[in-house]
Amino acid sequence: MSQGSMSTASTNGSAITVNGLAKSFGDVQAVRGVDFEVAVGEVFGFLGPNGAGKSTTINMLCTLLRPTAGSATVAGYDVVQERDDVRRHIGLVFQDPTLDSYLTGTQNLRMHAELYGVERELVAPRMEQVLTMVGLWERKDSPVGTYSGGMRRRLEIARGLMHSPRVLFLDEPTIGLDPQTRRSIWTYIRELKEREEITIFMTTHYMDEAEWCDRIAIMDHGDIVALDAPETLKERVGTDRVTIHTDDNETAIAALSDRFGLEARVSEGAVTFGVSSGEEFVPRLFAELGVPIRAVSVSRPTLDDVFMSYTGTTIRDAEEDMAVNRSRQMMRVMHGGGRR
Amino acid sequence: MSVTTETEPAPARPSSPIVRVHVPQRSFGSELRAIKIVWRRELIRFINDPLRVATSLVQPLLFLFVLGSGLQRLSSAGTHGVSLRTFIFPGILCITVMFIAMFSAASIVWDREFGFLREMMVAPVRRSSIVIGKCLGGATVASAQGVIVLALAGTVHVPYDPVLIIGVLGLQLLLAFTITAFGVMIAIRIKQMQSFMGVMQMIVMPMFFISGALFPASGLPGWLEVLNRIDPLTYAVDPMRRLVFSHLNVNPLARHALDPGITWWGWHVPAGIEALVIALLGLLMLGIAIWEFSRTE
Repeated sequence: MSQGSMSTASTNGSAITVNGLAKSFGDVQAVRGVDFEVAVGEVFGFLGPNGAGKSTTINMLCTLLRPTAGSATVAGYDVVQERDDVRRHIGLVFQDPTLDSYLTGTQNLRMHAELYGVERELVAPRMEQVLTMVGLWERKDSPVGTYSGGMRRRLEIARGLMHSPRVLFLDEPTIGLDPQTRRSIWTYIRELKEREEITIFMTTHYMDEAEWCDRIAIMDHGDIVALDAPETLKERVGTDRVTIHTDDNETAIAALSDRFGLEARVSEGAVTFGVSSGEEFVPRLFAELGVPIRAVSVSRPTLDDVFMSYTGTTIRDAEEDMAVNRSRQMMRVMHGGGRR
Repeated sequence: MSVTTETEPAPARPSSPIVRVHVPQRSFGSELRAIKIVWRRELIRFINDPLRVATSLVQPLLFLFVLGSGLQRLSSAGTHGVSLRTFIFPGILCITVMFIAMFSAASIVWDREFGFLREMMVAPVRRSSIVIGKCLGGATVASAQGVIVLALAGTVHVPYDPVLIIGVLGLQLLLAFTITAFGVMIAIRIKQMQSFMGVMQMIVMPMFFISGALFPASGLPGWLEVLNRIDPLTYAVDPMRRLVFSHLNVNPLARHALDPGITWWGWHVPAGIEALVIALLGLLMLGIAIWEFSRTE
């Protein structure tokens, strides 16, 4: 890096700083004033259900949306005042595909390099490098229309890296892909990070993916409710998760509350609760609950538990709630429209 | 799935160091590069799609050979012996370009639907560069199609004269640019392909019929004459027809009836002014398109 702009970028070793960043759409507050910092070289994840405000935040950081309040800098540049400078130093992989499927992989990358003004003599070697990194060198001259979903994603990642960005933004990079492809995409992302020495900022609503991040911020209803390394967050939960299947969930929950003073809830058809030293608790549970138990499982805290301990719901339930709300609203609109 | 690691380098470039590239600040040169690549993309997509080339020629050829030959039998008295196909040839040259140019502009709507527009919007280049590249690309593609139709000149008794060919090409380029700018201006506001196609049909067909591509623009009923003078396509068809007729060997009577020229309140508008009208309209629409495009998030 031999640019004069370097001094501004690394004054405090942070790739992204965010202060009181907020965005409203009409009456809806999508992001309610968030603060955080992302260090240079970090893989930072935004975790939360759909509609929590992740994409809105990422769009503000990428200069695609103007914040309603607050400020943010990316690679040392202000996202409102220095939009162009931000854009020169970031790579973007969107949630929805943005490739030209009529062009070949090479043509898509070349288009990107020309739009970004990459030095002419470096376009070809850089292209070869990023295509090799994502394992698409052999398919570089096929039209993108013939690529599989996973290959397209990888090409988009390669394209996002084409101009050597300081920060790579990945908005739901593996959405809609099968688990095996998701895993391989992640292997690529981690590897790229090692080789390219860049900062990665990503959003996901897959719990297992958040494990790949150095630090995660859990977002719910437009707010960051927790922010730390995945391991630290899990340790902080402190309890194991016990899930039991019974014939009468209501009675089981009441019994857990009466006999053990435990607060349990129904999630995905099973009764679930947190308790310290879960394995030692199971014998007592069978002996004293008084409700027949058909199956039991004990697990170490997962990010699901972290999410639950901060938001009081599982990420899947949160998304279902949102879907229910949406369809209710839609019903209301339809009925309202019908009456008129 | 093969994963390339440090210890297992790519065969083509063993243990290559990271190629670091640098994105320069925006400059005139970088904007030109952006314009050029957006233009090139239109060309690549055009060349890669021979079916599009073929299908977009169907309509003009239908007009020229089917309609032209069919109506010939009704109109031989009115054309003073000149073949109707020869007469409508300049008009067909114009509408070919017009159809293709509008279709090229539609790619903005496709790009939006398929997400590619976003890739261009976030690049550190001016929005105007993207619009200019699009318009130049559409103009080039449309003119290339126009050349194919121009190549048919011999079949309708129009000579292959260098001056004629260069003149026609120039007018086609100009018209193609203006129509693409017009199409882009509309396409930027439209989110769905179906809507764009609908709007296009609503605008293109009336413009084509009113322009005088199929009939001489003199002695028209008052209302049609007014519409004809407002229609921008009129100012492309007329100079094109003058150019073609000036290279034909027809009697003055026929020339007067078929190539009367355009008048504004009795004043014969020179071909240069007509071309200027097209050029100015094109610049105006380009300006509007850029302004609109810069405002979209």
